[in-house]
Amino acid sequence: MSIRLWEVRKSFGSRAVLDGVSLEVGDGETVALVGFSGSGKSVLLKTIVGLLKPDSGAVFVDGKDVGALRREELYALRRQVGYVFQFAALFDSMTVAENVAMGLRRVPGITEEQIHERTEESLRLVELEGYGPRYPGQLSGGQRKRVGLARAIATRPRYVLYDEPTTGLDPVTTAVIDRLILKMARELGVTSLVVTHNMESAFRIADRIAFLHEGRIRFTGTPEEVRGSGDPIVRAFIEGRPELAQEVV
Amino acid sequence: MNGVWSAPLAWVGRSALELSAGFGRFGRFAASAVRALSDTGTWGRLLVDQMARLGVESIPIAIFIAAFTGIVLALQASYTITGAVPLYFVGALVAKTMILELGPVLTGLALAGRVGANIASEIGTMRVTEQIDALETLAYDPVAYLVVPRVFAGVVMFPIVTAFAIAVGIAAGWITSINLLDLSTPEFVRGVRAFFDTFDVRYSLIKATSFGLVVTFVGCFSGFGATSGAAAVGRATTQAVVVSSMLILVLDAFWAAVLL
Repeated sequence: MSIRLWEVRKSFGSRAVLDGVSLEVGDGETVALVGFSGSGKSVLLKTIVGLLKPDSGAVFVDGKDVGALRREELYALRRQVGYVFQFAALFDSMTVAENVAMGLRRVPGITEEQIHERTEESLRLVELEGYGPRYPGQLSGGQRKRVGLARAIATRPRYVLYDEPTTGLDPVTTAVIDRLILKMARELGVTSLVVTHNMESAFRIADRIAFLHEGRIRFTGTPEEVRGSGDPIVRAFIEGRPELAQEVV
Repeated sequence: MNGVWSAPLAWVGRSALELSAGFGRFGRFAASAVRALSDTGTWGRLLVDQMARLGVESIPIAIFIAAFTGIVLALQASYTITGAVPLYFVGALVAKTMILELGPVLTGLALAGRVGANIASEIGTMRVTEQIDALETLAYDPVAYLVVPRVFAGVVMFPIVTAFAIAVGIAAGWITSINLLDLSTPEFVRGVRAFFDTFDVRYSLIKATSFGLVVTFVGCFSGFGATSGAAAVGRATTQAVVVSSMLILVLDAFWAAVLL
């Protein structure tokens, strides 16, 4: 039960976004993937669920090579993986409850009553009890992200991928989301990969932090190891001092 | 010499490549739609809602267009056939023209604007806001969820809306004839029956079915092709309306050549 990327390469036109990325997220582990804007973090997440196909290399989830799966096998795997989108990607023509129930409707043998119960339970978990009848347009940014999270965890997946879950949120809402990510890991035992720019958040939630730079994983370590890293690029990023990165160039 | 020809040749080459790539994308999209037909569990429960949205809600605009077309047809027919041909031919002209041509084609073009644009903008917005990716991550085939019910609804509902339009157009022509022209109801009906053939109705509904297929499918294809941003959604919507309108006219000529 792990996510493993091996020498993953992905280019768009002549631009190599991922240039041989290798990374492993162990069972029950929370890894924060950090890096500068445009460094390919979201692209990397999309290769894990087969939304994008790597040009070369391989992605293994649960020991299965995602690129080699047949269509039905890929959908079966996706039922094990929750995906929280950067801008929530809620279905705006549906209510909050209908959004959360969408994944549940793909679970074989599930009844309407069970769908309803699980939807309520997921909304409770993200502290949005009673928001079921509202539409996404009636929610704040933070609430939308929490609904996206509720939708991703409603099927009780074993893996959750978070694409910048706290970007654009105020510090209090950020802390709420971080607490939810920790709750998912501790109470539901999910394996998590969190793409973020927010180092405070990464330090709070991650067992390990991986730094993606120029298409490759430049550094991996525990939050303490990242804090103590002497790598100028990593330091530039965590301290917000671009001049440190320019010294390397 | 090279300098003079290189630019236009490069343009022709680029255009040919883009065109063949576009055909390739269209072919792959069509294949994925055919494959998604077997996923009845996904699209089956969405079909009735789409039939209501694309079909039932289109009836008012189709009726509006057909009513005024029927009025104009009756008046123009009467103007054209004065003297040489008996006036009851107005009924024949109104019915024949509404059934064979104006009913299906005007309804098709109106629905290309209403339905095609609606589908392309809705799916395009879903594409650029990652809602289609979200469907994928929730283990839905987006083609089964979004495309099949819309295309199916179009194929079923376009002939029904067209039938309504034809009936209203003929009725409008009849009301015009008995009120504004020197024509009685029996005379108008005599004209309608004089040249009526049940094949005409079949021909008309076959055309309408093909228009339903084209409008909904092109709308879906254009929406899925939207890349990013509001401008892309706008382009997809325009493309859907323009391409499906052109294809309606091409199909109109095709069916006339093949079936008449």
